[in-house]
Amino acid sequence: MGFSLYGVELASRLLLGTAQYPSPAVLADAVRASSAGVVTVSVRRETGGAASGQQRFFALLGELGVRVLPNTAGCHSAREAIATAQMAREIFETDWIKLEVIGEADTLHPDPFGLVEAARELTADGFRVLPYCTEDLVTAAHLRDAGCEVLMPWGAPIGTGRGLNNVYGLRALRAHHPDIPLIVDAGIGLPSHAAAAMELGFDGILLNTAVAGAGDPVAMARAMALAIEAGRAGFEAGPVPMRDMAAPSTPVLGTPFQ
Amino acid sequence: MRIVLRGAGVAGLVAATCLAEAGREVVVVDPAGVPTRSGASHLAGGMLAPWCEAEAAGAVLVERAAGAIDWWAAHVPGVVRAGTLVVASSRDVPDLARFAARTSGHERVDAEAIAELEPALAGRFTQGLFFPGEAHLDPRRALDALAGALRRHGVACLEAEPAPLPGDRRLDCRGTAATDALAGLRGIRGEMVMLSSREVALSRPVRLLHPRIPLYVVPRGDGRFMVGATMLEGGRAGPMTLRSAVELMNAAYALHPAFAEAEMLELGAGLRPGFDDNLPALIRDAAGVWHANGAFRHGFLLGPWLGAQAVSALD
Repeated sequence: MGFSLYGVELASRLLLGTAQYPSPAVLADAVRASSAGVVTVSVRRETGGAASGQQRFFALLGELGVRVLPNTAGCHSAREAIATAQMAREIFETDWIKLEVIGEADTLHPDPFGLVEAARELTADGFRVLPYCTEDLVTAAHLRDAGCEVLMPWGAPIGTGRGLNNVYGLRALRAHHPDIPLIVDAGIGLPSHAAAAMELGFDGILLNTAVAGAGDPVAMARAMALAIEAGRAGFEAGPVPMRDMAAPSTPVLGTPFQ
Repeated sequence: MRIVLRGAGVAGLVAATCLAEAGREVVVVDPAGVPTRSGASHLAGGMLAPWCEAEAAGAVLVERAAGAIDWWAAHVPGVVRAGTLVVASSRDVPDLARFAARTSGHERVDAEAIAELEPALAGRFTQGLFFPGEAHLDPRRALDALAGALRRHGVACLEAEPAPLPGDRRLDCRGTAATDALAGLRGIRGEMVMLSSREVALSRPVRLLHPRIPLYVVPRGDGRFMVGATMLEGGRAGPMTLRSAVELMNAAYALHPAFAEAEMLELGAGLRPGFDDNLPALIRDAAGVWHANGAFRHGFLLGPWLGAQAVSALD
């Protein structure tokens, strides 16, 4: 089964952030090792509102042949996020936007109200919105009403590397929205976290710190790519259900009914 | 044969000093003056901190920085060899373990040891790392001293290009101003704040670990402190943003609340030159001009290495 976002087919289910690498050269090697087809760039935090999309850092992303997904990291209101998205569209010449509206400083918990408001306005303005949200079902429904055709719930707060904090909630979100791509965005620390999300049936993973902050970012990028592939393959293969009692794979002689 | 060296920031002045000491005839040219009062060198932190910087840059930095502290101590006054203290707020203590794992040349310090090193920080931090081998200097005074020494030794320091002579060789050390000539060079924005406080005294640079910005406060003497520095890709020039100012000032305040009463002497923003690997290089362009550039965050730390490369290349 293929993976597409807003009608764009993508070969890899990994989306990689571009912040906090030791150097652009390491970033480029990590992107190559991960085979990611999409990279996110923070318009505000990484570029400080870049004046020119022609600058070397962006030229390097261009050389990688990846699609740039600008994001509105660091925005705390719908207004800010909308303005940042408009700036991003000019710089990167794309109508895709990873929408972040932060509601709480310690957890960087998304602000569901600001998110829905901004998503509605941006969609009306022609943007393809990929909202960074939580596993909350009601917010998810409102985001879809606002025009989002992809949802990106957190696994855990940004940069914590805690993995999937609320597996029950993520499972419920998947069950309620079987028909659109769901991407776990943020909180992934280990390849096993990424694999676990994929085994739940999520369509992709967006991560940054787990790779950029690793001792060897390039090796971790490859590890994440392998885990995501393994998790997806496991999901598609139809895992056996979990059960409480042992189920011997060959009959035990003399105890046919135990 | 004369070497016409363009750019009187740290890369240019250190290269000029190395070349002059090697017996070469050098002319230093910078339209903004010698030393220049603009550009990355003027805004630099002045930390000679190879072990801390290796956290992101790797061991190659420690190798190339070998001898840098001694070089500066031999050439300019005011090199303070008092090490670097790295601390983290209680919520960022996991980052301290990560920093320790990525670096060498440090010892772990507890609250008591921190108080002994920096009495002003007593009771404020329970864990830290001390890098005893590191040093710091005041970049502006250091560049004044280098330029003064060059002039005393008869090196011409000009604001306008001299009339070309046959056989002139050219060395370009203009940092981000050379972006047009070097396709792989980019500008990484950095912003800093200069404070004056009589209430806080520090003996050495103190780094406060932060999830995104490598934050540090460097004492400059006379109650002055430099707080730096942001790292933003994209090459945007222009004055400091409110967000950056707030983040840097918050960091100073988190280090010591008495900084809230400090006077703000200066808000500075500029572009550091960097290649893709964030390491400096000596490169010859298609026109035969040599370039010593791309020192990134490490103009003072790797200036002597770059100067030595220039001496060999322009032999």
